[in-house]
Amino acid sequence: MTEAYKITHHNYDVIVVGAGGAGLRATMGMAAKGLATACITKVFPTRSHTVAAQGGISAALGNMGEDDWRFHFYDTIKGSDWLGDQDAIEYMCKEAIPAIIELEHYGVPFSRTEDGRIYQRPFGGMTTHYGQGTAQRTCAAADRTGHAILHTLYQQALKFDARFYVEYFALDLIMDEDGTCRGVIAWDLSEGTLHMFHAHSVVLATGGYGRSYFSCTSAHTCTGDGNGMVLRAGLPLQDMEFTQFHPTGIYGAGCLITEGVRGEGGYLTNSKNERFMERYAPNAKDLASRDVVSRAMTIEIREGRGVGAANDHIHLHLEHLGPEVIHERLPGIAETASIFAGVDVTREPIPVLPTVHYNMGGIQTNVHGEVVTIKNGDPDSVVPGLFAIGEAACVSVHGANRLGSNSLLDLVVFGRAAANRAAQVIKPASAHKKLPSSAYDKALGNFDRLRNANGSTPTADIRMAMQKAMQNHAAVFRTGESLEEGCRKVSDISRNFDDVRVSDRSLVWNSDLVETLELQNLLGCALVSIYSAENRKESRGAHAREDYPNRDDNEWLKHTLAYVDEHNKVSFDYRPVHLYTLTDEVEAVPPKARTY
Amino acid sequence: MAQFTLPKNSKITKGKHFAAKPGGAQKLRQFKIYRYDPDSGANPRTDTYEVDLASCGPMVLDALIKIKNEIDPTLTFRRSCREGICGSCAMNIDGTNTLACTKAIGDVSGDVKIYPLPHMPVVKDLVPDLTQFYAQYASIKPWIRTQTSPPPDKERLQSPQDRKLLDGLYECIMCACCSTSCPSYWWNGDRYLGPAVLLQAYRWIVDSRDEDTGARLDDLEDPFRLYRCHTIMNCTKTCPKGLNPAKAIAEIKKAMIARRSV
Repeated sequence: MTEAYKITHHNYDVIVVGAGGAGLRATMGMAAKGLATACITKVFPTRSHTVAAQGGISAALGNMGEDDWRFHFYDTIKGSDWLGDQDAIEYMCKEAIPAIIELEHYGVPFSRTEDGRIYQRPFGGMTTHYGQGTAQRTCAAADRTGHAILHTLYQQALKFDARFYVEYFALDLIMDEDGTCRGVIAWDLSEGTLHMFHAHSVVLATGGYGRSYFSCTSAHTCTGDGNGMVLRAGLPLQDMEFTQFHPTGIYGAGCLITEGVRGEGGYLTNSKNERFMERYAPNAKDLASRDVVSRAMTIEIREGRGVGAANDHIHLHLEHLGPEVIHERLPGIAETASIFAGVDVTREPIPVLPTVHYNMGGIQTNVHGEVVTIKNGDPDSVVPGLFAIGEAACVSVHGANRLGSNSLLDLVVFGRAAANRAAQVIKPASAHKKLPSSAYDKALGNFDRLRNANGSTPTADIRMAMQKAMQNHAAVFRTGESLEEGCRKVSDISRNFDDVRVSDRSLVWNSDLVETLELQNLLGCALVSIYSAENRKESRGAHAREDYPNRDDNEWLKHTLAYVDEHNKVSFDYRPVHLYTLTDEVEAVPPKARTY
Repeated sequence: MAQFTLPKNSKITKGKHFAAKPGGAQKLRQFKIYRYDPDSGANPRTDTYEVDLASCGPMVLDALIKIKNEIDPTLTFRRSCREGICGSCAMNIDGTNTLACTKAIGDVSGDVKIYPLPHMPVVKDLVPDLTQFYAQYASIKPWIRTQTSPPPDKERLQSPQDRKLLDGLYECIMCACCSTSCPSYWWNGDRYLGPAVLLQAYRWIVDSRDEDTGARLDDLEDPFRLYRCHTIMNCTKTCPKGLNPAKAIAEIKKAMIARRSV
């Protein structure tokens, strides 16, 4: 090491990394339970990307018609293309009801029905009676549900006096030789100092890695930081080949247009003004699962029926809904469409394109949010001291394809579960075992190396190469040949990262270095993502292989675990899918054909 | 007559000029950007970057990112969602506080001048220190406060009409554009809560589910915290989300009078 860094030490019962919906729900829950809790976050909490969630949060409240959490359970399994763990899905769908009621009690400004209850709208793949009817299950605050929930959770965290370390960038997990997580080391951007947070548990709530692609709905800050830390700690990531393309990102800008538009009656058309979804999903039509709609749009464009001068996108109509419905239910997307597409949605359609939106894969956990790994043949071996929740995690409740409005639900249900579990397993204010000073060497070495990186390729160039490779080779439709080429490219780009150049040498708000550390995390995610995609020789959910067009339950009804070694080499292992439930309140759903 | 001069380190010097590479560029535009390097302690400066708009996205944030990626990686600013919902990239562009991600370059005539939000301590370049702003937000205890417990298994009921009262308030993204545009906040930012925080205070006062209106009003009944608002209206003019903090403040003042006359 070229420089001795002074480290400030902090002791807490729990450290939460990330302050989006999952991180805040965990933080407030742990603080409320009397654990000494701190949340470290690279952006001020209300800037986290949960704020951009629009359409809503699912729960079978039955406020707008018949519903049952068992229907929600079935829909989620079918949506997952049977890769979801059914015990976790049962837990999420059942707990959805108290979790959403609790959010209302915290003050979330939900839209209301005439009788004053929480307003619920239809969403893709959400049905009643196991596919028979359309459910109105998605609880909404107009089309700003994520914003409403995130701000409310931050307010609750303030109420319980949780400690926040804002604009601290988490560098690495500190693991001891037994494989127990002992804390996390972070960099305070505003002071330019390094901090070691000792904790009995670290909760990773760092979100997804959408920015590994060139075009995504994700924020610039969605860089898979927790996933990157986990890979560097020698642990695997699960099901990273499953990337959700949202059918309706704005053409060009990539900004999200909520599925709630179609929930409220909007529809897609091609250049022949045809409502083509009727051909692909005769029952659900425009409200089929996202993977189904994105593939249909891609086929329409590929077969020459795209709209626009280059026939390269699709139209989303809501002008027939009328200004009143738009103003009351969809004001945010009216504003977004106007700013980023120059479109008045009361008069003309929005130009849209399937756009990278969500990562089903992530850090494998059990239903309590505890990180698990394969150890001595046990696929559910808990990694002591480490939790993961939210998009960073893979419980797995979304399997191969997430249903719209199940993400916000995942955040609050498992944020809450992690808080409950931490309260059970942690004795508040118990002493922290001393760590040898060498415990930080690896993390500091990496930080110092990148801070002084003096290679020939700027961070932005390497990032662009990665984003282009992922965009071209791990798209809506995939082929073996193209994936192999993508693997080679991403491996080369990862190697090229050794030659990165950082221009800013400061420790205070060095955003050049932040972006470089983020790129390192993104590269880890991209690598396992594309290698896992090449490796999985079947089509399931969002992973559509043209050379293997069918689902293969004999060979591939299993979770991928991907590891990366220090030389960027990817290796695989597998975990069984939980095709059983948690209780006898509902019956497991065996795999069958998936049509909408 | 007393003469006032600004402190020496407040003078902004002329910075570097980054000319576009010769040839190629088709639609050049100059971006004049405030720079401050906390390590050197040197006076702030304005650097000039020539950007080819032919290969740049439409928004000011697109240009900032292009500059950082292609010209000067040390340029520092906050950004996240790039769609006007997270509030990170609030800054002063062409003389007005707004979000870089929703401000079209085409709406600025001439050179594009970019400064940090006014009257806040600057950490680096376009990154202001918002610690006090956030502390003021926490000071109003911005969470639902009730005496009666909610129904155990059900949501509290709220009529659509009561819910409508929150429209124009709950959408606030805490970007601080309004507060840092307010001359009264510039002068008394240590004691005056400012428009963003007062709008948040009113969001809870007017929520039919909240049961602590009296205490909320008591906390604001103060010559500085509330009454430093002199209806200058810069807040409402500048809000990038089209909200009306000045009206929210006026409503609080009205509620104060209404309860006095009961």
